[in-house]
Amino acid sequence: MDFSLIFTSALREAFGTQAAYYALLVIGLNVHYGYTGLLNFGQAGFAMVGAYGVGIMVTWAGWSLWAALPMGLVGGLLFALLLGLPTLRLRGDYFAITTIAASEILRRVIRSSWASDVTGGTSGLGDVAPEFTRLNPFDGRVKLVGQWSYFGSDVWSGLWTWAVVLLVTLLVWLLMRSPWGRVLRAIREDEDAARSLGKNVVSFKLQSLVLGGMIGSLGGIMLTLQRSSVIDQVFEPRTTFFAYAALILGGAATTFGPIIGSMLFWFLFTASTQFLREMARQGWMPGFLESSDSTGTLVLAMVGLLIVLLTVFRPQGVFGDRQELLLDG
Amino acid sequence: MDEPHVPPVDHPDPVPGGRRAAAAAALADLDCVPGVEKPDPILIADEVTRRFGGLTAVDVEHLEIQRGVITALIGPNGAGKTTFFNLLTGFDQPDTGSWSFDGEQLGRVPAHAVAHRGMVRTFQLTKALTRLTVIENMRLGATRQTGERFITAPFRAAWRGREDDITAQADELLKRFRLDHVRDDYAGTLSGGQRKLREMARSLMVKPRLVMLDEPMAGVNPALTESLLGHVKDLPEDGMTVVFVEHDMDVVMDISDWVVVMAQGRIIAEGTPHAVASNPEVIDAYLGEHHDDKSAYETGPVAIDHALARSVAEGYE
Repeated sequence: MDFSLIFTSALREAFGTQAAYYALLVIGLNVHYGYTGLLNFGQAGFAMVGAYGVGIMVTWAGWSLWAALPMGLVGGLLFALLLGLPTLRLRGDYFAITTIAASEILRRVIRSSWASDVTGGTSGLGDVAPEFTRLNPFDGRVKLVGQWSYFGSDVWSGLWTWAVVLLVTLLVWLLMRSPWGRVLRAIREDEDAARSLGKNVVSFKLQSLVLGGMIGSLGGIMLTLQRSSVIDQVFEPRTTFFAYAALILGGAATTFGPIIGSMLFWFLFTASTQFLREMARQGWMPGFLESSDSTGTLVLAMVGLLIVLLTVFRPQGVFGDRQELLLDG
Repeated sequence: MDEPHVPPVDHPDPVPGGRRAAAAAALADLDCVPGVEKPDPILIADEVTRRFGGLTAVDVEHLEIQRGVITALIGPNGAGKTTFFNLLTGFDQPDTGSWSFDGEQLGRVPAHAVAHRGMVRTFQLTKALTRLTVIENMRLGATRQTGERFITAPFRAAWRGREDDITAQADELLKRFRLDHVRDDYAGTLSGGQRKLREMARSLMVKPRLVMLDEPMAGVNPALTESLLGHVKDLPEDGMTVVFVEHDMDVVMDISDWVVVMAQGRIIAEGTPHAVASNPEVIDAYLGEHHDDKSAYETGPVAIDHALARSVAEGYE
């Protein structure tokens, strides 16, 4: 059993493009759930409108990539308003149901044959970001330590995505230490109290939804740059659930929790995958679990178990404050 | 049980000299009838009704609240006191009715805007912003903080000056309410009484002209009651008007200048604490048709009624 292979694969993913993309989704969720208490289960939908906003503008409207990039953010803004205006007056659980339903409905519309002229339907959109790929200065494989290496193209898009992650983290940190952030945290604790002190709760919740949603869309935009293509399947609801898992791992309502949470999540996910693959390779798996399909399912179960264990022994996440978690209303 | 005998008593004026005493003096000669006009009302409500299905929870024809005094709103459980509070402060919408606050129409104004106009409420079940520290709880109450705008929030220089002022104001209030030693603790770690104190202190951060306290003494350790009462009594001296809902009749008689009695959604009596305590209609409302039935006093929910009956019988010495 090659443990060093398992470890380096996991490490590669923890610092890779995928973890950076997820970090953006999780930072957005942290604004919603961690700071404001909004249960947004449609974060994948925000990433999707970001990605398709860029993709459609490039392939269908024929815009240049650079002009199309901001349209991804506009997509996020519109989706947030569409979701928020009718539902933010409702109680939290209604909002949660609406978000997951809306993002799934939108995804089904995007992949329908009816929309395929614009969205590419089930085959998605290709060759979206050639301008970005052309600027890549890294060739071949970039080696770090030992077997830890990346494709040049991943280094290029990965560096950009991580840079965006850091910038957004800085912005969110600035906002959350401000009186504006204080109002959001007050709303998370008790809406009526905030209202009784003169805070326009619906307006603040909408601002939070727009901010976190647009950060999610930024994730979708960066993913589009990484892959130079857009396809609906990566925006299935499980993307949102992975993002929640990462948020809880890292610690909700903390500055670096989303980043560390995403890295930890992809480390665990990849380590589990590689471990099971190695098991199968060594012939240690029972026959019915040998196919790659069943390994994929088993990975989810294993990651789930690891997350359960982590939340049992460290419910506040990596950065969270346990004291804070123990307080009740 | 016999009809409580209410001896006529010369009630010693508990009001110390000061702004409140002056404002309260103007109430002395008023008729003690529901809807009576006050010499200097800060809040005037007309025809306010709120129905939940077939139940009329609130049906107030006319009510005026005198400026600068402490008005108690009492009544048996389910009388509609809290619902009336919710309506006045924008937390619930009435079916009919209008009311004005300091000359401004307030009907259908959203709750946060009501607070901005200077009318602030607290809650029966305290709303501790648990995972915020006490000082952050306090700062939240302040108004006119430009740092609460999304655009200016990232730039500390834009809101730091105001934040310093707010913090100074908050520290002063914490000191006055003897909460300065828990300044940096999470609000969720405070005891029930400290939460009530913090909630009242926090509401003062808004710099209100009218403070609406929903059961400020509920669940408070007796040791803290006196200090809490003292703080309520101080509010009119600082130019504020107080309306509060309370079940504890000793408290009502101790601190209020005027008492409004609600039963089944309507205002059935109002007057000075003394006039109300001896009003037979009030006693009827509290004790209901069964006030001959001794067992009624031995069960939980009517313990309050019992307290009133006892207080009435004792004549408040």
